Amino acid sequence: MSLDRSDVERIAHLARLQIDENDIPAYTENLSSILNLVDQMQQADTENVAPLANPLDAVQRLRADDVTETDQREQLQSVAPAVEEGLFLVPKVIE
Amino acid sequence: MFDKTLAELAAGLQKGEFSSTELTGAWLERIKAEDSKYNSYITVTEEQAMAEARAADAAIAAGTAGPFTGLPIAHKDLFCTKGVRTSCGSKMLDNFISPYDATVVARFRQAGAVMLGKTNMDEFAMGSSNESSYYGPARNPWDPERVPGGSSGGSGVAVAARLAPAATGSDTGGSIRQPAALCGITGLKPTYGRVSRYGMVAFASSLDQGGPMAHTAEDCAMMLNVMAGFDPMDSTCLDREVPDYTATLNEPLQGLKIGLPKEYFSATLDPQIAERVHAAVAEFEKLGATVKEVSLPNTELCIPAYYIIAPAEASSNLSRFDGVRYGYRCDNPKDLEDMYKRSRGEGFGAEVKRRIMVGTYALCAGYYDAYYNKAQQIRRLIQQDFIRVLEEVDVIMGPTTPHPAFRIGEKSNDPVSMYMEDIYTLSLNLAGLPGMSVPCGQVDGLPVGLQIIGNYFAEAKLLNVAHRFQQATDWHKQAPAGI
Repeated sequence: MSLDRSDVERIAHLARLQIDENDIPAYTENLSSILNLVDQMQQADTENVAPLANPLDAVQRLRADDVTETDQREQLQSVAPAVEEGLFLVPKVIE
Repeated sequence: MFDKTLAELAAGLQKGEFSSTELTGAWLERIKAEDSKYNSYITVTEEQAMAEARAADAAIAAGTAGPFTGLPIAHKDLFCTKGVRTSCGSKMLDNFISPYDATVVARFRQAGAVMLGKTNMDEFAMGSSNESSYYGPARNPWDPERVPGGSSGGSGVAVAARLAPAATGSDTGGSIRQPAALCGITGLKPTYGRVSRYGMVAFASSLDQGGPMAHTAEDCAMMLNVMAGFDPMDSTCLDREVPDYTATLNEPLQGLKIGLPKEYFSATLDPQIAERVHAAVAEFEKLGATVKEVSLPNTELCIPAYYIIAPAEASSNLSRFDGVRYGYRCDNPKDLEDMYKRSRGEGFGAEVKRRIMVGTYALCAGYYDAYYNKAQQIRRLIQQDFIRVLEEVDVIMGPTTPHPAFRIGEKSNDPVSMYMEDIYTLSLNLAGLPGMSVPCGQVDGLPVGLQIIGNYFAEAKLLNVAHRFQQATDWHKQAPAGI
């Protein structure tokens, strides 16, 4: 599996990562070699093998539908980059 | 004092040989004097540590102390600590003062432990060398030109260089066991679900597990007593009884059945490491164990399967770092997309970006079956190998790593060759099994780790096996030159 420059640009966009122009060749090479490594998987015969998502095949616990969260807004927003009147501020989204 | 184990320090505190204030003060002084050589700490919490030590001394005087009261430890910097920076080794979280405690941290606090500080690590726990840390690499005290392993490299160094009696770590693909091996200390990765992940910054949620790193199995048992147990805040934490891990340390090993997987002794293994591991196994035979060769035929597939599953889960987990609610935000974003892209592009280092991109690619529409689903199927094959072997033997033994510590910079431009170093550790995370690394010798003055693997929830057995080995050998007592 070998990627080219445009693949890396597309993946970086999907992942919302800005990649420096000069670094793209190195990422292209590294990602291609990683994908070559993982392609070794294709030799394995996995027909009729159920995928393993949780090692103990545990399932999600259910709990009573009660309010358990306390209001910690102020504390949690204290680490936000920009906040006003309890709201997170971001650049204008709607023109 | 700095060569003492947690158990010995606990005994000293109980007998009044020294106070927690004296103990904590001495360790803080040592960190101040020595850590510039090793870079094992990202943050030292001096004032808080002294306040906790005074509270511990008051509890000891009042007769309300528990077995951990007043003992100083360090936490890997991915465990959230209320009011203290939790950087995860990343520029992204360099400014992040956690508003709450991880469950592991809260349990140690509850038990009266003193936190000396937060240890260095590979960025977001992605690495096997500690070189991807935003704060620079931690240095191996056995040879400061070499890596300590990773990702819990700072914890490994802090313990090995006697800059903390013990430390917490986390293990997604070997991140406790590998640095323990390379630094010559003892580390335990528990069964998946044994220790709460709440407040432990997520890397790959189906693989991540916190655990102890210390000089001895006995100290790891003391720590696991504090760490293990059900937590309603972690939906994958299992509600199962927690034994007293210190109670069974001395059980005899007569009749213990050890399996040696032939795949762990292949051409990729440094022959000198193989020799040290066989010598350790011979020691167990003297203690009454029997040994047989076993086979884990899917061993080699653990690397490709892991390097799909871990990046896929990471790409999803790390999407939370968007510059909106916490962490780094770029200057003067021109719009929302620019803010996301530049905050993430500037906030994450190269290895983290590589893994996010591999994961993003693997989860793309059309590729899911070929990558993620295939990897999860292989994961079951790997698990079945272990289940079959663990019906025949009590524990599996082998090397923790194929080589001793490598030089800083030696593999940093070649991610694939770095990934190959994880060959013996990854499969346990994929299967969810517990494993330990115990010092078992040296090669050219660098420590070698013996990996001991057990069945689900067999932590007490692993600790027992490791403890008996440490009663019979003194590899765990060796200190790097000049320490």
